[in-house]
Amino acid sequence: MTELKTFTTLTDDTGFLQARSILYRRMILSMIYHAQAGHTGGSLSCVDILNVLYNHVMDITPGNFARIDRDRYIHSKGHSVEALYAVLADRGFFPPAALETLEKFGSDFSGHPTRSVPGVEQNTGALGHGLSVAVGMALAAKMDGRRHRVFTLMGDGELAEGSVWEASMSAAHYRLDNLVVIVDRNTLQISGRTENVMALEPLTEKFAAFGYAVRHVDGHDIAALVSLFDALPFEPGKPNLVLARTVKGKGVSFIEDNAAWHHHVPTANEYAAALQELADAEEAWKRRYERDEPAAC
Amino acid sequence: MNLPPAKANLDVFAETLGALAAQNRDLLVLTSDSRGSGKLGPFGQQFPDQLIEMGIAEQNLVGVAAGLAAAGKKVFAVSPACFLTARALEQIKNDVAYSDRPVKLIGISAGVSYGALGNTHHSLHDLAALQAIPNIDIVVPADNVETRAAILAALEHPRPLYIRFGKRPMPTLHAPETRFEIGKAIRLTPERDRYAVAFIACGETVVHAVAASELLRQDGLDCCVLSLHSLRPFDKAAVIEAAHRAEAVMTVEEHSVNGGLGSRVAALLMQTGIFCPLHIVGIPDEHTVTGSQSEIFQHYGISPEGLAQTARQLL
Repeated sequence: MTELKTFTTLTDDTGFLQARSILYRRMILSMIYHAQAGHTGGSLSCVDILNVLYNHVMDITPGNFARIDRDRYIHSKGHSVEALYAVLADRGFFPPAALETLEKFGSDFSGHPTRSVPGVEQNTGALGHGLSVAVGMALAAKMDGRRHRVFTLMGDGELAEGSVWEASMSAAHYRLDNLVVIVDRNTLQISGRTENVMALEPLTEKFAAFGYAVRHVDGHDIAALVSLFDALPFEPGKPNLVLARTVKGKGVSFIEDNAAWHHHVPTANEYAAALQELADAEEAWKRRYERDEPAAC
Repeated sequence: MNLPPAKANLDVFAETLGALAAQNRDLLVLTSDSRGSGKLGPFGQQFPDQLIEMGIAEQNLVGVAAGLAAAGKKVFAVSPACFLTARALEQIKNDVAYSDRPVKLIGISAGVSYGALGNTHHSLHDLAALQAIPNIDIVVPADNVETRAAILAALEHPRPLYIRFGKRPMPTLHAPETRFEIGKAIRLTPERDRYAVAFIACGETVVHAVAASELLRQDGLDCCVLSLHSLRPFDKAAVIEAAHRAEAVMTVEEHSVNGGLGSRVAALLMQTGIFCPLHIVGIPDEHTVTGSQSEIFQHYGISPEGLAQTARQLL
């Protein structure tokens, strides 16, 4: 596993964040390859969002994790746990070597996040649960007059769960503009295209009708994510909803936009090829930023 | 025995919450359009900031309760037991129990309290379902004294907790100063070296077990009645001690005969090597008849005469 130099401060440096995304993708693939298990496509699809949230937006560190006024993050699409583990390791919540136990007997690092893992706020994995819990946390913050925010990330396939819409009603009813809901809209779920499995669109109109301030963003464009989250809250008195256009499996050409990679584990050859693509991406990044090596990698 | 009915356990629950709320501003009550059914109208008027309406959405009710508890609130999530523990079972399992959020789940009008409304409104599965989920304590108070004590204990209870009760006025079985502890059964009859029958009962059936034991005493049969108000933690020692001294054991519950108190007691006794005659009284494995709670109890033998008759057959 890659050795990490951990850091705890937030950064505006989009070049640095882009390098971090490459590192996280390498960690995700390494974890899944060595565990011979995991959710490859979804982790690669949401990792840029997590990168920007943890390294630029949210005030969540190992040092403040017991503080009542820390920001909160709920990983509602719990299956994409490898992305979360990579970012939490990088943020210093646990040594990266711990990830070598992923899905192994007796490990705290199961295939969906639990509070046994430092930095995990809530046990998730059954879909359609995270938003309600986030609503409760945001409501408590409002009642206590605290200024911290609550973030949750949902998959798009997850939106078929009715509880998502129950929770959405309550978020708008209680005017939770401290709640930030992000949808990883990669248009794929385990059986195929979301629109073929159970049509979701028009999502913008649906979320707006449920009372959200809806914004769109390219979920892989670091600079766009940075500036979007900098604009929070989008509209006072309304919960925030970010429809992030993403590509499932983003960053590795032969994994991208293919439902078969929902929880497919790369073969040795595929793993090597994927690492090569990420090495190429890193080289391209270095040329772009004329830096010797990615910061702190 | 002819105890006068006191209040409904539901009323005692609502009054107790009201008494606690003034001193505990972190105490929150969540309802699913159930403030009327929960007798919480006065609470809502007195403490409008401490009653949060979630609408008819039990899954969200439980998930939001978990989020509030995670933020340090002392949350009582109140909804009819039938909906709370079936519709929102996955939220109870994952968001509350698995995530270890000390939410107090209050199942109102439990069992067949809504008997005449049909099986949609019965909760005869809840004890079985929740006993199969780790890390949630389960309390079924018998009378006003147990209910008040259970709600008081719930406030600072460190683990997820489910309390269920009905809405019919209940005779008071205990003196007000009776010691109540979650996980400790209470014996309602004098201690003897030998019992004819040990009745192990919970909730609103306990009063019938007490009355049955008095009928049997008129026949010269001394019985033991345990109010086993906590299904988890389960007071194994009290059950074993009562069974050891008894010729026969009868369990009584307002729940399916499958997976509730009776199944728990039977498994315990078998595994402890206590092989005495045993009868599980509850609601049999069929669509429940329509009627009031007392009519349904009568129909299935959950009555002083019905229990006494079963006991005589067992001996």
